[in-house]
Amino acid sequence: MEQVFQFFFTYKEAIFIIALSIFLGIEVISHVPAVLHTPLMSGANAVSGVIIIGGIILVGHADLSHFSLSLVLGILALIFATLNVVGGFAVTDRMLEMFKKKKK
Amino acid sequence: MDEILGTVNGMKFTLGDSILELSYLFAALLFVWGLKLLSHPETARRGNLWAAAGMGLAMLTTLLLHKDHAGNGIPLTNVWIILAAIGIGSVIGWIVAMRVKMTAMPQLVSFYNATGGAASALVALLEFPKAMAGDFTSLLVTVLGLIIGSVAFSGSMIAYGKLDGKVGDIFAGYMKYINISLMLITLALGAYLVFSGIPPIELTWGIYLLLILSLLYGVLFVMPIGGADMPVVISLLNALTGIAAAMGGFIYSNEAMILGGILVGAAGMILTMLMCKAMNRSLLNVIIGAFGGGGASISHEQGTIREIQLSDAAVLLSYSQKVVIIPGYGLAAAQAQHMVHELEEILEAKGVNVRYAIHPVAGRMPGHMNVLLAEADVQYEQLVEMDHINPDMPNVDVAIIIGANDVVNPAAYDDPGSPIYGMPIINAHLAKNIIIMKRGMGKGYAGIENFLFFNEKTRMLFGDAKSSLQKLVNEIKSM
Repeated sequence: MEQVFQFFFTYKEAIFIIALSIFLGIEVISHVPAVLHTPLMSGANAVSGVIIIGGIILVGHADLSHFSLSLVLGILALIFATLNVVGGFAVTDRMLEMFKKKKK
Repeated sequence: MDEILGTVNGMKFTLGDSILELSYLFAALLFVWGLKLLSHPETARRGNLWAAAGMGLAMLTTLLLHKDHAGNGIPLTNVWIILAAIGIGSVIGWIVAMRVKMTAMPQLVSFYNATGGAASALVALLEFPKAMAGDFTSLLVTVLGLIIGSVAFSGSMIAYGKLDGKVGDIFAGYMKYINISLMLITLALGAYLVFSGIPPIELTWGIYLLLILSLLYGVLFVMPIGGADMPVVISLLNALTGIAAAMGGFIYSNEAMILGGILVGAAGMILTMLMCKAMNRSLLNVIIGAFGGGGASISHEQGTIREIQLSDAAVLLSYSQKVVIIPGYGLAAAQAQHMVHELEEILEAKGVNVRYAIHPVAGRMPGHMNVLLAEADVQYEQLVEMDHINPDMPNVDVAIIIGANDVVNPAAYDDPGSPIYGMPIINAHLAKNIIIMKRGMGKGYAGIENFLFFNEKTRMLFGDAKSSLQKLVNEIKSM
């Protein structure tokens, strides 16, 4: 039991963020109409590309003095993450553009 | 920017550090705000742009202001490499997103989800050797990020292949046991890597083995899941990518990543649950139950198929008062959404009330059909959701089913042996007349026999949806 409390106190900020984010995620999505399920999934997918920040940090502080597999994989991670972010937001925008057109 | 501004818990920080964290706070707020706007039709497009702006902000400030533990910023050469990588990814991502056909949208979302998972897995793979032996928390989030990211990657690639028709369903009863064993082995190896106490730098073999096992698990996990359940799987994989990104956030103690990732994870899980509810199935049932086999359903007497001539169909439709069009993926596959809109307009001109009945999982993704019909300029108001159209179905003169199958299969009501038993359907069988446009007598995506075809009110119109609709429109015009 003591360990649980110790763990909680050590990571209290992270646990607060997780708990509140889960609640926010549920709250934001719960009342979405079926019409928007696909664009929403696609938009959320683009947001999960936030790992791109990790990619920037990784490649940003990579040692460039010699060629290494890590560097190649790091650059690959960054390209993949960019595909997720740019492609994700672009395709979502394209879908939503169509909903707008029919309004007039 | 490099002046020391103050000290927190014994750590000195500069103005740049503070601005960086502040920008992460703004980015996180923009993600939340963006998703919130995305869930309403009028504001959805703006929401997407706000979320994208948040991402751009976090990327920019990280590039300019991030420092490693020694307090060094990102060197200029590295900045150029980063910009080049982002440039390559942006150009490819943008071109593909702009060129893809609307019918192929679900595959593309699945593909981009795969790339996100791959990025998370690679980041975890490369950060693992840098962790300290015995630092269980860092090791745990790294290992979890690797497992979840890899599963999301290979699983999404299989889902992509399936939606694109490149990968078939492989299903055998024993696969369940292989999958569970593989999952346990993967988790056991993961636990070993975290808790062994051996310095991570000496465990390179282990982390690569873990990568391979996780990738394999992702493949085997999605492989047996059949067609009709694909939307649920994509949503689930989407949630996993979010969680993997959050693990990356813990590796770097980056709150924007943690919040963004968990937000997507939670939203994805809820969306998965909503879809399961729309199909009246539990998530566990989707994952383990592996839908889509032939199914041991009770045998109905088949009865006869009645065809209808185009001219008869034209007359029937022109003299109806209420017509409901029930579109399915077949309509999308035949690129017939513009033609169906033409049919609707010509009937409306004759004073017929035409509506579209949209099943929550019509198409290959929830809401996919709405996107396709919106592309063909169909009015938003004419798209009626299942729960609203069903009470009115007995008053409908003609229900035209175009390329849909499982979503109108009455077996959902009266055949407890059918895999879709209990799934809510559009009550096409209650309409006064039913016209089914189909390419041939093939089964639906879920591979189940549809007894609506043998209903005595049903008339079949065989042929490619687009050319059949074209002929039907011409026939009605010449009347």
